[in-house]
Amino acid sequence: MTDHQDTKINRLSGIAVSSGIIIGKARLVDRSREKIIYEYLIQDGQVNREVERFKEALNTTKEQILSVKNRMPDQIKKHAFILDTHLMIMNDSMITDSTINTILEEKINAEWALKKSIQKVRQLFEQADYDYVRDRINDVVNIGERILRNLAGKEQESLSEIGERVIIVAHDLSPADTSEMNIGKVMGFITDVGGRTSHTAIMAQALELPAVVGLKSVTKQVQDGTLLIVDGYTGEVIIGPDDDMIIAYQEKELQHERYRSSIIQLGHLPAETVDGHRLSIKANIEFSEEVVSAKDHGAEGVGLYRTEFLYLRSRDIPSEEELFEDYRQVAEIFCPSPVTIRTLDLGGDKFSSDLDLSREMNPALGLRAIRFCLREPKIFKSQLRAILRASTYGQVQLMFPMISGLQEILDAKKILKEVMNDLDHENVSYDRDIKIGIMIEIPSAVIVADILAKHVDFFSIGTNDLIQYALAIDRVNEHLAYMYQPYHPAILRMIRQVIKAAKDVGIKVALCGEMAGDPFCTAILLGLGIDELSMNAVSIPLVKKIIRSISMKEAMSDLKDIFQFETAKEVREFIIEKMEPLIPDEIEKDFYLKTSAKNSILIKN
Amino acid sequence: MELIKNLKIVNELGLHARAAARVVELTGQYRSKLFFKKGDHEVDGSSILSILTLACPRGSEIQARIVGEDAEELMEKLGELFQKRFDEIK
Repeated sequence: MTDHQDTKINRLSGIAVSSGIIIGKARLVDRSREKIIYEYLIQDGQVNREVERFKEALNTTKEQILSVKNRMPDQIKKHAFILDTHLMIMNDSMITDSTINTILEEKINAEWALKKSIQKVRQLFEQADYDYVRDRINDVVNIGERILRNLAGKEQESLSEIGERVIIVAHDLSPADTSEMNIGKVMGFITDVGGRTSHTAIMAQALELPAVVGLKSVTKQVQDGTLLIVDGYTGEVIIGPDDDMIIAYQEKELQHERYRSSIIQLGHLPAETVDGHRLSIKANIEFSEEVVSAKDHGAEGVGLYRTEFLYLRSRDIPSEEELFEDYRQVAEIFCPSPVTIRTLDLGGDKFSSDLDLSREMNPALGLRAIRFCLREPKIFKSQLRAILRASTYGQVQLMFPMISGLQEILDAKKILKEVMNDLDHENVSYDRDIKIGIMIEIPSAVIVADILAKHVDFFSIGTNDLIQYALAIDRVNEHLAYMYQPYHPAILRMIRQVIKAAKDVGIKVALCGEMAGDPFCTAILLGLGIDELSMNAVSIPLVKKIIRSISMKEAMSDLKDIFQFETAKEVREFIIEKMEPLIPDEIEKDFYLKTSAKNSILIKN
Repeated sequence: MELIKNLKIVNELGLHARAAARVVELTGQYRSKLFFKKGDHEVDGSSILSILTLACPRGSEIQARIVGEDAEELMEKLGELFQKRFDEIK
């Protein structure tokens, strides 16, 4: 790769998803996209060396694929054949013999020859009058890229080996990538794709690291070591800034820090409106280490403990004991405040890795969460046992994700009952009255919320997925980020309907999506009668401050207006006018205006 | 020895990658050479990519040609593999 330094200052604008300003060096995490591969003619004497180099790269690739195969967690072992097929493709004469022959005959370097072979296969596949075959081009390209990377002598990227503190620049990051990272060395993230609820965003918020996504082609404009300013409030990224800019941004960050430390003290006051209506404000956490930050920011418990991290952190499925220890810790720290543990939400995009084992066209609609757990009862039971065992150490609640109808609740409860019986037989104690709730995040669950409400102890509305499913948008497609509209009348009506269904039978209803932590949404949710908001810890102080400065009466009367509006745009304009004066800090205001409260009139990319 | 036989793809997914992989695996165990022909396009039966280029959805018919000393046994095993739908799990 060339070391040419671009002196031109370049400003990019993306979607700010996690606040803060960072100034640092770029570390490109490039999964082979658009890599420069040198192509050159070789001398007669170099031919053998070139062939050897190619064979070595094949060997390395083979070892890598075998090692990935060996590290596969048990529950996806059945997909191992994909890797076997990849190996077979790699060894195919159309790749191996063809490349070697091209090197010999055309006297070109191995990279070039390999690219030609791949190109040939691609052409043949593209001509095929059969979608299935055309779709296999990706497998061939994937394998080809792997060999190319090994030819170039480039180490397969592993994020665990980062040295100095850097800003991670990537096309996209999977949770597997982030869970492998040495987080202490990461200042923040910027990516080409993604939206407000992409996993990069969620991880960055959980880690309290600034992040900007949806920058389109930042990976092509930045090289390892390029100096960057990343503004996680506005979504601005400056490539190669000058000294004045650096100073200006340092000041901006300092000023915001002062504001943060002033508001953080408010976090420990109750979220009570001026007319005495009290809301419960809890934290969403991704891993147990976050409990400290959650408590610091004034969380009254954990409203959503996403439990995927332990499963992603290691290659193997974590043991029941490991899970139990983790859950017990969180339960104990927050005791007597409740901790809602959501069962495994794996599958879909969370499982995607370099080799894309799932091969699902629509991972978000695929085999994941409760569907996955019901199909893999062994994995599910081990987690349920860990949760139940932890329940005697605090106030633990159990929550099932991705419920689409009653049957899944019944099936999940049946398995839970079996686990309880087992524990009884083993004389292991657990909280027999453990509260069982569900995520409301699939539109069908909204429609039958009245039915579901009779079978559970609480609801938690997961607006990230609900908005995505209801408005039929792909959460990682940055071209659709503008469609992610919490203020869409359909979404507001859905939330209203769920709350009503819950109230009718007297169960509690929480909301744990991004909307919960968006200060512009606070009054609407309050007025709609939500019992609990669960959000990223950093959002808690401001949301509490807003609740403490408004009245339930006013929030309810505003709702009448809000439900008259027919478009998200009208709702949004109304809300901004109402809420803006309540948000004291310009940076914070900017951040929410440009991100979650954003709608079609403010397309950012 | 040269043997020629027409084979029909009866499995749901057609002659997909996994099925082709099974064929390549099988061929690798014999000394004979296997060729597949569909229309006037003939390919090497020991190359998964070549087999895929034949593009055979369910119901298509291809001609297998085997040349070599153990052609008979390979043809028999190949026929079985096609018949049991490449062990496809549905």
